[in-house]
Amino acid sequence: MLQVQDLHAYYGKSHILQGVDLHIDVGEVVSLLGRNGVGRSTTVKAIMGEVPPHGSIKFKGKDIAGLPSFKIAHLGLGYVPEHRDIFPGLTVRQNLMLGIKDPRKPGQWKLDDMLDMFPNLAARADTAAGVMSGGEKQMLTICRTLMGDPELVMIDEPTEGLAPIIVQQVGDLIAEIARRGVAILLVEQKLSIALRISHRVYVMGHGRIVFEGTPAELKANDAVRREWLEV
Amino acid sequence: MLELIVISTLNGILFGMLLFLMASGLTVIFSMLGVLNFAHASFYMLGAFFGFQISRWFGFWPALIIAPLLAGGLGALVERFGLRQVHKNGHVAELLFTFGLAFAIEEIVQIIWGKSPVDFRVPPLLDFPAFTIFSTNYPAFKMFMLLVSVIIFIGLLLVLKRTRIGLIVQAALTHPHMVGHLGHNVGRIFMLVFGVGTALAAVAGVIAGPALVTQSNMAGLLGPILFVVVVVGGLGSLPGAFIASLLIGLIQTFAVSMDGSLAGAFGPLSPDYAATWLSDIWNVTIAQIAPIMPYLLLVLILIFRPMGLLGTRDT
Repeated sequence: MLQVQDLHAYYGKSHILQGVDLHIDVGEVVSLLGRNGVGRSTTVKAIMGEVPPHGSIKFKGKDIAGLPSFKIAHLGLGYVPEHRDIFPGLTVRQNLMLGIKDPRKPGQWKLDDMLDMFPNLAARADTAAGVMSGGEKQMLTICRTLMGDPELVMIDEPTEGLAPIIVQQVGDLIAEIARRGVAILLVEQKLSIALRISHRVYVMGHGRIVFEGTPAELKANDAVRREWLEV
Repeated sequence: MLELIVISTLNGILFGMLLFLMASGLTVIFSMLGVLNFAHASFYMLGAFFGFQISRWFGFWPALIIAPLLAGGLGALVERFGLRQVHKNGHVAELLFTFGLAFAIEEIVQIIWGKSPVDFRVPPLLDFPAFTIFSTNYPAFKMFMLLVSVIIFIGLLLVLKRTRIGLIVQAALTHPHMVGHLGHNVGRIFMLVFGVGTALAAVAGVIAGPALVTQSNMAGLLGPILFVVVVVGGLGSLPGAFIASLLIGLIQTFAVSMDGSLAGAFGPLSPDYAATWLSDIWNVTIAQIAPIMPYLLLVLILIFRPMGLLGTRDT
């Protein structure tokens, strides 16, 4: 579904991505692991065109490298950035409504579904989203992207800075997304969630993919974990 | 005295609403595109001249509709084929672009319509006194200006708060990238906002043209006050722009109509000053310093509350 080949990206003169190759199949849950600063977030940003990409990015067979992000979104690729960019002045409900790309074509995720799944969001449906807690904002950004009915959603660091109980809820939500047949590219640092829900994992180091395998293979491979993941 | 207060309040609100028609577009454009559009007042002037020309051919009422549409269309083109190209080279380039555009528009207007004021008259239908308070006739056209401004203000508010496109605009004010990631064409929204913003400025031009003077320097006269409004209200804040517009409208009209001076207030206490070098300051009237009051307010705001009355960003 998504094929990335020899992807390079630069911030000014620094060469951040040095030839990333990865692929995600329909309905697959894939995690992109690695320490801070190895280029995981830059990889998803380059795919969305937020950082100028150099290399080949194909989504459903179409070359999307460098397309404006709204066009990429319309092809069915959703993106939840790491900073939980909710629209603070709008209500929770309005935030969710803005996730819908085309009001004439309703998708599989409905506003009422979302509010049923998350009583917290339902209770605050008509309050300004800016006053919510970090965990609630995270749920809201993920739900908002789902309202656009993506076939693949890329989620960047969803559990960063959240309390353990909220981390659990975010994990459950991601599992639910996968259960409904949406493919996921999860950028994470916490191995526990990634290993629990992923079909496959990639480990990044120095702007490249240094390991690809199943969660079981990663668990068994002490050398990779020690060199590229453990602090 | 009461007469003065009533008339000045009416005029102040009217001037304030006119300022708001322009400042609303300017502040929204600033929030979204991150660029202060120096040419904004030029679209107000274009509105007035287009209005003048069209009302000669077809009458005032068609002009009230067509002139803003024309100016707004021009504004949208400027965004699409000018600003968007320049944007790649950073904010300084954008600022210089709008700066140059303001001069270009002024020169073009002078070439076409000349430097002296054109004869843009109040339409006969509205050329009568609306009411008489005390001994002053208040012109119906001014009430019409007020009505148009209020209708547009309410319309703008409804569109922003109640429609989907309004929500997208509000969201793009703070997080344009995220709006793009959700599948909304941010470029088209920018163009739309620029077009509507300049069209609103042109509406102000068409209705202010007959009441004030339609002349090629009208953009230069009003432009600086517009920036004061936007800075005092808080860059990017619509409610802030509204309050600041009314505030500055009222301050200016009241100041112009007052002839009090320091000498008048404290004169009897210290008559010696009147003869010294301080006498110039001592005898100057509030009406004389009225034109600098908005700028004085600007300086004070920048020192004590740089983000403006209701602003949230610290740019």
